[in-house]
Amino acid sequence: MSELYDVLASAIRSAQPVALAEVVEGPDEALGAKLLVRPGPPVQSLGSLGDADLDRVVTRDALGELAAGLTASRHYGLHGEARARDLTVFIESFAPPPRMIIFGAVDFTAALAKVAKILGYRVTVCDARPVFATAARFPMADDVVVAWPDKHLAEVGHLLGPRDAVCVLTHDPKFDVPAIVAGLTTQVGYLGAMGSRRTTDDRAARLREAGVDDAGLARVMGPIGLDIGARTPEETAVAICAEMIAMRTGKDAPSLRDREGPIHRDLISQERPS
Amino acid sequence: MKEILADIDRWRSEGKRVAVARVVALEGSGPRLPGAAMAVSEAGEVAGSVSGGCVEGAVVTEALEVLNETGRPKLCTFGYSDDEAFAVGLTCGGTIRVFVEPLDW
Repeated sequence: MSELYDVLASAIRSAQPVALAEVVEGPDEALGAKLLVRPGPPVQSLGSLGDADLDRVVTRDALGELAAGLTASRHYGLHGEARARDLTVFIESFAPPPRMIIFGAVDFTAALAKVAKILGYRVTVCDARPVFATAARFPMADDVVVAWPDKHLAEVGHLLGPRDAVCVLTHDPKFDVPAIVAGLTTQVGYLGAMGSRRTTDDRAARLREAGVDDAGLARVMGPIGLDIGARTPEETAVAICAEMIAMRTGKDAPSLRDREGPIHRDLISQERPS
Repeated sequence: MKEILADIDRWRSEGKRVAVARVVALEGSGPRLPGAAMAVSEAGEVAGSVSGGCVEGAVVTEALEVLNETGRPKLCTFGYSDDEAFAVGLTCGGTIRVFVEPLDW
């Protein structure tokens, strides 16, 4: 008898969202009771924690955890009472991987796609130039799309949520202004744009001309990445991904955007004796 | 969990019983987050991990006990403590709780 496991395994394999709630602490007879919840519509549940009211409350909580991609232990009474602690229910979310869309098929793109893959993202590389946006140049990406950024986001932007990221690496105003404007219409959690401080200032002015307000500009992480002295494409990819992690966890990390001065210090003068 | 599905399928197709161990709580420092999972076949084969290697051996022992003796799920705690009961610990000083159960569901 392995119906519940089979449904769970098949959902995980096909990247369909599913949450497994299980009693891990409580009366002996309740231990190991399981409820599998799939978001709808309509919401589907399989199994039981042993009480209809408890199942109803845990289903609601599991859907909440799943929407946020979170895994947590919660305490309940035997009938789902919120303030009681008779049972500990472990709610594990199996959410589809977060998405990263990288605009611009440049050298930094390959490195960023690699690091993002390691972190578990589903990576799309998008560039309007067919010569550069090829699967052969970006074998690590899940999808390589030849399209204008705003056109692509018009198609997939509604899929983006707080766990997802859009990274604009083109640093060409003709691509990145429409990409950022379109990105700001989505619910994406991280929106970063590459470029020097001069490019960033110039871009801010163009974004304002395009109708972006202060709140919109504040969402854009640019210059992209943490101020860790990254130089190579790979180091820059780490700086970008580290910024995404810090943003998600709410940690106060040194973003380039919030600092001043050159992004790259002059390595030669640094080595000179003072 | 995803990374252990293939091994679980293979063992089950070979007619072996399987136990699953999942990290359900973490206090203090610890290498793997809740949800980290490990599977153990009745033949003692292992897939996945629940820590940085500190407690896997003890989890295998618990899993085989669950499979071959009790048949019942069990919540195990591993961590640094003055309590002699914690024979196996995490060198990083954290405490993890691992739920071990037979895969009969």
